[in-house]
Amino acid sequence: MPVATMQGREIHVDEEGFLTDPTEWDEELAKQLATNIGLELTDRHYEVIRFARADAAEQGETPTLRRMQATGGFPTKELFQLFPKKPAKKLSYVAGLQKPVGCV
Amino acid sequence: MRRLLVLGAGTAGTMVVNRLRPRLPRDEWEITIVDQSEVHHYQPGYLFVPFGTYEPEEIVKPRRRLIKDGVRQLTGVIEEVVTDAHLVRLADGTELPYDQLVIATGTHPNPDETPGLAEPEAKQRGVHSFYTLEDAVALRDAMERFDGGRLVVNLIDLPIKCPVAPLEFAFLAEAWLRERGLRERTEVTYVTPLDGAFTKPLAARELGGMFDERGIALQPDFMLERVDLDEQQLVSYDEREVPFDLLVTVPLNMGAAYVARSGLGDELNHVKVDKHTFLADGHDDIFAIGDAANLPTSKAGSVAHFAVDVFVDNVLRHVEGLPMQERFDGHANCFIESGDGKAMLLDFNYETEPLLGSFPLPEIGPLKLLGESEANHLGKLAFRWIYWHLLLPGRPLPLATSMSMVGKRRPPAPSGNGSSTSPRDLQEVSL
Ligand SMILES: Cc1cc2nc3c(=O)[nH]c(=O)nc-3n(C[C@H](O)[C@H](O)[C@H](O)COP(=O)(O)OP(=O)(O)OC[C@H]3O[C@@H](n4cnc5c(N)ncnc54)[C@H](O)[C@@H]3O)c2cc1C
Repeated sequence: MPVATMQGREIHVDEEGFLTDPTEWDEELAKQLATNIGLELTDRHYEVIRFARADAAEQGETPTLRRMQATGGFPTKELFQLFPKKPAKKLSYVAGLQKPVGCV
Repeated sequence: MRRLLVLGAGTAGTMVVNRLRPRLPRDEWEITIVDQSEVHHYQPGYLFVPFGTYEPEEIVKPRRRLIKDGVRQLTGVIEEVVTDAHLVRLADGTELPYDQLVIATGTHPNPDETPGLAEPEAKQRGVHSFYTLEDAVALRDAMERFDGGRLVVNLIDLPIKCPVAPLEFAFLAEAWLRERGLRERTEVTYVTPLDGAFTKPLAARELGGMFDERGIALQPDFMLERVDLDEQQLVSYDEREVPFDLLVTVPLNMGAAYVARSGLGDELNHVKVDKHTFLADGHDDIFAIGDAANLPTSKAGSVAHFAVDVFVDNVLRHVEGLPMQERFDGHANCFIESGDGKAMLLDFNYETEPLLGSFPLPEIGPLKLLGESEANHLGKLAFRWIYWHLLLPGRPLPLATSMSMVGKRRPPAPSGNGSSTSPRDLQEVSL
């Protein structure tokens, strides 16, 4: 497991850079992760991220876009505006969650 | 008398009752199976109907004869599982109490979840599918009339049953266009919400190469918002547009509506289960097997077969109050038709993605993995006979239940910088 140094501390990540331990995440780190992929976080981003993290903690897996809309009430269209082009992947990266398992 | 109740007499439900009847004493256990339909469809055959390879009557049989004596068969629409009362209610009001319930009602296309797909004029505007027999027949007729233009193959979202079927359709259609002399006049595009041709990296790479060889264009990361029937185009959530003359799409697949009504499902009405034992979350007397369950592996007949192998031994122990000993590993084994009389084979499970190499098959010989061959194509066609005569009756197949690494090989990992802190494809998206 690779280790990345961000904000002066060691963070465990997978080969692609996704956090492997969600407890190493905090909202400051999210800012840094967002910068890594060219995003600037607004309050609305944080609302989305907080829901995704709470849901993942409860369900044991990263929510899909469909679930974000159905259960969290975040319209897919808006998620595409907040996290352009690859919302599911970008959201999980910034939220410190596992990459959504591409359902086979 | 104790009661085992099975909901759905498709691939999984039929196998379950046929395998359990001989092993549960008749004076102790009554077995009942319920389905809304009197006929059983060989669904893998739907893929071949649009090309005229199979006639509809070749892939449909009356359900009654496929189920062993000693199993009570009922016809009716399941309305609700009343978990507290341990009974199932049918639409006609019949109540069926159970001691052990097995949900096997599968997953099914829901075109009305996507604006444009379920409109009455959709087919006239070139919007087709092959995920029901009726749709596959309508598509065959539309292809008969097709005279070139833009053919778009699409899937709305995952999971779908047989996730390789849209790929197979694209390969078969490309070969079919060549045969008909229409290839020069037709643009073929594959539009997918995934970031490549398939979910798993190695398979995505191999399949992507096959797209290039065939001149099939790939539109990845396409989350479809609606189908614009007037303009004949797909529109994504991020406002990309893909025009078509003939669209072949796979609508959103969802479990039966009663699953949600009964409080057993996820957002797509798939039953939440333990992925190794299929016991429904929070219930000791409910299992879900086959496409109906939310397992993180392919929804396919082959998976249902491997799952039933594990399930039969487990359930016999479970009903006696003993711990279940077998654990399902997510084993999936899928042939992919690639056109021109060839096919490839994928073999994988929860932990191991599809790899290259060969798949040992007793008596028949090794089959090539993740590569095209004629033997694989014959394997795929032989599957229809195997399905009716070995699989459904519950006879043994020459396939191991758990995935084996024999014959598999992994290509050397591409050397790159291992110190990345953000995914490469996200870095490339400059904003
Ligand atoms: C185009 C296509 C190609 C495929 N190709 C392959 C392939 O090559 N290889 C492979 O392994 N698999 C393939 N599959 C997938 C395979 O057919 C399914 O995975 C398999 O049939 C799943 O079995 P099941 O018992 O879970 O569901 P099903 O076989 O779909 O059975 C579900 C049953 O439940 C009944 N039912 C549903 N709701 C209700 C209700 N409310 N009340 C009463 N009855 C109800 C239905 O009538 C049906 O009989 C393909 C599927 C399709 C559509």
